Amino acid sequence: MRRRWVPWVFLTPALIVLGVFFALPVIGGFILSLTDFDVYALADLHNLRFVGLENYLALLRRPLFWRALAHTMYFVVVGVPLSIMASLGAALLLNSKLARFKGFFRTALFAPVVTTVVAVAVIWRYLFNTRYGLVNYALHSLGVQPVDWLGDPHWAMPTIIAFAVWKNFGYNMVIFLAGLQAIPTDLYEASRIDGASPWQRFRHITWPMLGPTLVMVGVLTMSGYFQLFAEPYVMTEGGPLQSTVSVLYLMYEDGFKWWNLGLASAVAFMLFVLMFAATALLMRAARKRGLA
Amino acid sequence: MNPRAARAVINGLLVGVAVIALFPLAWMLSVSFMQPGAASSLPPPLLPAHPTLANYARLFGYAGMGRYLLNSLGIATGITLLSLAINLMAGYAFAKLRFAGREATFRTLLGALVIPAQVTMMPLFLMLKWMGLVNTYAGVAVPMLVSVFGIFLVRQYARGLPDELLEAARIDGASEARIFVQIVLPLLRPIVVTLAIFTFLASWNDFMWPLIILTGQEHYTLPIALAALSREHVQDSELMMAGSVVTTMPVLVLFLVMQRYYIQGLLVGSVKG
Repeated sequence: MRRRWVPWVFLTPALIVLGVFFALPVIGGFILSLTDFDVYALADLHNLRFVGLENYLALLRRPLFWRALAHTMYFVVVGVPLSIMASLGAALLLNSKLARFKGFFRTALFAPVVTTVVAVAVIWRYLFNTRYGLVNYALHSLGVQPVDWLGDPHWAMPTIIAFAVWKNFGYNMVIFLAGLQAIPTDLYEASRIDGASPWQRFRHITWPMLGPTLVMVGVLTMSGYFQLFAEPYVMTEGGPLQSTVSVLYLMYEDGFKWWNLGLASAVAFMLFVLMFAATALLMRAARKRGLA
Repeated sequence: MNPRAARAVINGLLVGVAVIALFPLAWMLSVSFMQPGAASSLPPPLLPAHPTLANYARLFGYAGMGRYLLNSLGIATGITLLSLAINLMAGYAFAKLRFAGREATFRTLLGALVIPAQVTMMPLFLMLKWMGLVNTYAGVAVPMLVSVFGIFLVRQYARGLPDELLEAARIDGASEARIFVQIVLPLLRPIVVTLAIFTFLASWNDFMWPLIILTGQEHYTLPIALAALSREHVQDSELMMAGSVVTTMPVLVLFLVMQRYYIQGLLVGSVKG
């Protein structure tokens, strides 16, 4: 019989790092969210007070928190379906028997995924510049008045959503492509013999067969989109008129600009609860339809 | 629709989508070679009238981008090597070694994936401050040293290794360490490459945590430096595009060279285990 501790030797580095730098901070973060840890406590721990749920109640009474929540929901509710539709559309095109140069197109469509968010967000800021941006120039030649994309509170979030779709659609596209290729071709052959239209084939074969993939992609994309931060940080700094302040942007400013680390921890846990609830709802809806 | 028209529509749409995907990157490259100020004119130029390296000279000169490039390379390489060692060992143990509590431990790790890393950021900052690791390379690296996703990826792949091979080595009296290094690691090579690319890209592109933990310029990584630069030089689009090229080209090239491994890993990781 082999020595029983051997497997644990292999696991020890991973478990120590996860324990010390993940599990402990998660617990610590919850405790922190129950204190008034601020810049005074940062200087001297004697200034720290236990305040119970006061941070959470303060957040619920704070208009900016609700606005940040609304902006994040806007980004998720509009951005996730748009991203998934773009990914699915691109995957269907690439999967078509008629498509040529598939390898090249797949690489080209995937390229934005591996780029650095900050760098490409900077590019978009110039492309969507009101005066010199190419987007407004192209629209102008079509007779459309210039739009202040990132400077107008109504347009800033849609611009960020367009950016996120552009940056991310390639990732799910590759997953959908694998899902499409796993659908047995004889299903399509049979439906062709029965005289089904392309739309009917999509509706009754492709869509249901992709069900589990769709659910997984939906859950992963949603939890990623709830964590909106770098885009508003680089493109709008939360503006204009705080119209792109997301929950994480608020957490960052509360925590690391104003050093209210207790309050920021409460923001983080609120986001966690929200993400958890949204994921659970999505999974329940999927199970009801027999998709997961 | 007749087949020829359908072919034209599908390939036309693909070209359109590819142009949308690539145009911003091509434009970035083009503007980075324009004379300072040239991009801010009407009509907006697509190609540099008088190509110049002046923006790169400014970038590496007074903006100190060389230092940040080295920081990024060093941090991403360090994280990749260390986390590979840790994740490979753990993934292999979960796949091939038998011990009480294996499934429960693994399920706990997977369950931890629902917790967003941001809840750890405030306490982790305080912890690292206490340990003297704020504004250090180690401080950036610490939360990225283990990836549950990476462990999962290795486990999925390692489960396919033949048990007989490992048993034969054990009967020959090889130690577990030797089995791991000499037999298992060579067999895991494809997933090692995949995981290395994933980790390198993730740490290179990481933004929020380095932004928090790096309080002084000297340790900045490229994304942090670029974000700071873009707040100072809003008008200077040519300089900023050169900065974006330096930040994003290394990972784009790495992806182009290694994309087979990258895509494969993405698909393994997305299958429920």
